[in-house]
Amino acid sequence: MSGATLAPAALAETRAPAESGALRAAVPRVVLVLYILFLLVPIYWLVNMSLKTNLEINSGMTLWPQNPTLEHYRRIFTDASWYSGYINSLTYVALNTVISLAVALPAAYAFSRYRFLGDKHLFFWLLSNRMAPPAVFALPFFQLYSAVGLFDTPWAVALAHCLFNIPLAVWILEGFMSGVPREIDEMAAIDGWSFPAFFIRHFLPLVAGGVGVAAFFCFMFSWVELLLARTLTTVNAKPIVATMTRTVSAAGMDWGLLSAAGVLTIIPGAIVIWFVRNHIARGFALGRV
Amino acid sequence: MAKPLDNRAWFLVLPVVALVAFSALIPVMTVVNYSVQDSFGNNEFFWNGTGWFKELLDPSTDLGGRFFDALWRTLLFSAICLLIEVPLGIGVALTLPRRGWGVAASLVLLALPLLIPWNVVGTIWQVFARRDIGLLGAAVNGLGIEYNYAQTPLAAWVTVVAMDVWHWTSLVVLLCYAGLRAIPDAYYQAAKVDGASSWAVFRAIQLPKMQRVLTIAILLRFMDSFMIYTEPFVVTGGGPGNATTFLSIDLVKIALGQFDLGKAAAMSIVYNLIVLTVCWVFFATTTRSQSEAVQ
Repeated sequence: MSGATLAPAALAETRAPAESGALRAAVPRVVLVLYILFLLVPIYWLVNMSLKTNLEINSGMTLWPQNPTLEHYRRIFTDASWYSGYINSLTYVALNTVISLAVALPAAYAFSRYRFLGDKHLFFWLLSNRMAPPAVFALPFFQLYSAVGLFDTPWAVALAHCLFNIPLAVWILEGFMSGVPREIDEMAAIDGWSFPAFFIRHFLPLVAGGVGVAAFFCFMFSWVELLLARTLTTVNAKPIVATMTRTVSAAGMDWGLLSAAGVLTIIPGAIVIWFVRNHIARGFALGRV
Repeated sequence: MAKPLDNRAWFLVLPVVALVAFSALIPVMTVVNYSVQDSFGNNEFFWNGTGWFKELLDPSTDLGGRFFDALWRTLLFSAICLLIEVPLGIGVALTLPRRGWGVAASLVLLALPLLIPWNVVGTIWQVFARRDIGLLGAAVNGLGIEYNYAQTPLAAWVTVVAMDVWHWTSLVVLLCYAGLRAIPDAYYQAAKVDGASSWAVFRAIQLPKMQRVLTIAILLRFMDSFMIYTEPFVVTGGGPGNATTFLSIDLVKIALGQFDLGKAAAMSIVYNLIVLTVCWVFFATTTRSQSEAVQ
């Protein structure tokens, strides 16, 4: 009985007669399957649309493509104004993840190991940036990055996204690092390791899961963001999400192309989730469970 | 064991402070600077003192009325989202298997909506809910219910809320699941011996263990739903009329659309202060309950 793996369901079985017990054990499964269907149906519809010709989309409702075509995907992969959007997006996402982790690691160590002047206020100030609506920052960022000559480069977007990713990375890493006993640091000091050597050779491997989760979150929030990415770029560093809004506003909707572009933006996220699937639950609790 | 006091730790924090200060303090100063001035284009600025703030906080003025309308709309949206997503998220988390191959598969599928770019989430729901090409729109209209999110405010709200539930409930599920997994099997066995009902198990074991992660979930969901911009912007564009014009959408309209820098800046500051206050209260209560849990 597969339901036996569910503790509450197993409890129910002890009280109820065997038949209704089996029935009750099936309920959670059904709820879960229905919920996952609710998540997948809209995505299926997008995939469905991306494989249809625009003629078919506009001429009536079909539950699956009657004449499946890869035409929209072919266009995206051969048109530089489309595929460069993916490259630009991945560039600033990667830059952002590296910068965020590089500066967040030592800071998270400091927060998890020491008390220092103003530590609690500093921590809240950092987090408060995660809470600031991006809409507030759109215009000042535009002016700031224009002034320093970074406008329309991946660096502008990567640095702008640091505003909310660094605090998040510090928060997650601090949670994971606090789970490592302090005796390890003391033993290393007694053994004569210098701090940088200890940190890189011994400490980092211990929080590798946390680093992976933090990287996942940085990737996620940088990849999904539109407002700042769109405001800080025009031509050269235009991200895919902005390329898509351009198509939305164009006269005569190209639904098939739009859907295909959408499907392609889901794939990097799906790959990343697959890599962190075993850490994901703990990571979503920010290492605090 | 208390953490040692060592102010040299500041050196480790310095890079973060420098980077975040560059990204946060300069723009905040710009915003404060604009909020007390009026601009007539051509980069000419005039001192306006607290004028914008007075206008903004007075619902009888144009700007104030607009601001309060958007504020109530956004608060209502956040409240509805939290009321649906938190119970639903807890419910789904309770149905997840505790071990076996189903765990990884379910988690990957659940996390999928979280990693879709926000404007693509908008596109997905646009394509899904339109009455001419969308499965949902066509099905609902086929049932004889008039449903067109571009025309009736109610349909627009239903669409935007359904989209947010679709997009973000998984976050609550994953957080709750993390909390549930931390419960040792012995607790369940003890409850079984006592003959506790599943409701009693939920109240006495599962809910208390989820308290911390639930706080994080509510905090994150409040912040993000209160700041929502992209998804409704793509689907409804704030319409029909102003029915789904949330604070962020209104703010971007004023700042980048009309280029009313003074008004937009004053609005930014008030908006930011609201989010900060709510989150500070939350943060203070969570850290207190956390330190109590440790002691």
